[in-house]
Amino acid sequence: MSDDTPDSMTIIAFSGDLDKLWPTFILSSTGAASGMDVTVFFTFWGLFPLVKDEVRMTGYDSMTKALAGMNPPGMKRAKLSKLNMGGSGAWMMRKVAEKNKLAPPEELFEMCMELGVNLWPCQMTMDLLGVQPAQMVEGLGEPVGAATALQKMAKSDINLFI
Amino acid sequence: MTEASKIVDAKGQSCPMPVLLTAKGIKDLESGQVMLVEVTDSGARSDIPAWASQTGNELVESSEADGVMKFYIRKK
Repeated sequence: MSDDTPDSMTIIAFSGDLDKLWPTFILSSTGAASGMDVTVFFTFWGLFPLVKDEVRMTGYDSMTKALAGMNPPGMKRAKLSKLNMGGSGAWMMRKVAEKNKLAPPEELFEMCMELGVNLWPCQMTMDLLGVQPAQMVEGLGEPVGAATALQKMAKSDINLFI
Repeated sequence: MTEASKIVDAKGQSCPMPVLLTAKGIKDLESGQVMLVEVTDSGARSDIPAWASQTGNELVESSEADGVMKFYIRKK
């Protein structure tokens, strides 16, 4: 690798939206495939797609449960950032993606794991929203905090907030 | 014509799969061996050369016919 090519990328995955999971996982898998050290830090709404699809509810009290109720966890239930229309927009986007041979986020996420992308859940968000480690998908890194994420970002050539 | 030790068929696959399959495919090769990647996604026209330049693998030859792009890549 020549010296002027970036060799490290960190993405802060904040939104959890279906249409933002695509660029997050496309860029991180491609970065790892190109030999970069890639880290994705999942925080706030971005944490929900890491919850297993079979887990219907997260939270520890009425408010955090209500949050999970209004924002269903799991990658398969991710909403579009616009034109979601009660889920029919997300359904249509997945159909369009399939027709255009664009792999679904779940498959790209698998590729990220296979290619060694560091997938870090935000510890504070897990505590705040009441998401248990056992409720999240396998293959993630240890939950970390802002200082660890920043330490990685300080060493990264590319930093994105999606 | 360059001889390929391995062929990666990424035809019908869309971005980023051709690059991911290329990266996965080259892992099995020895240094100096050549791999052929076949792609139909037009984004690969710039993506495969960009990947090669990023990773230091050599794009030996590329061609395009009947909507199929062929990239011969030598592992560094």
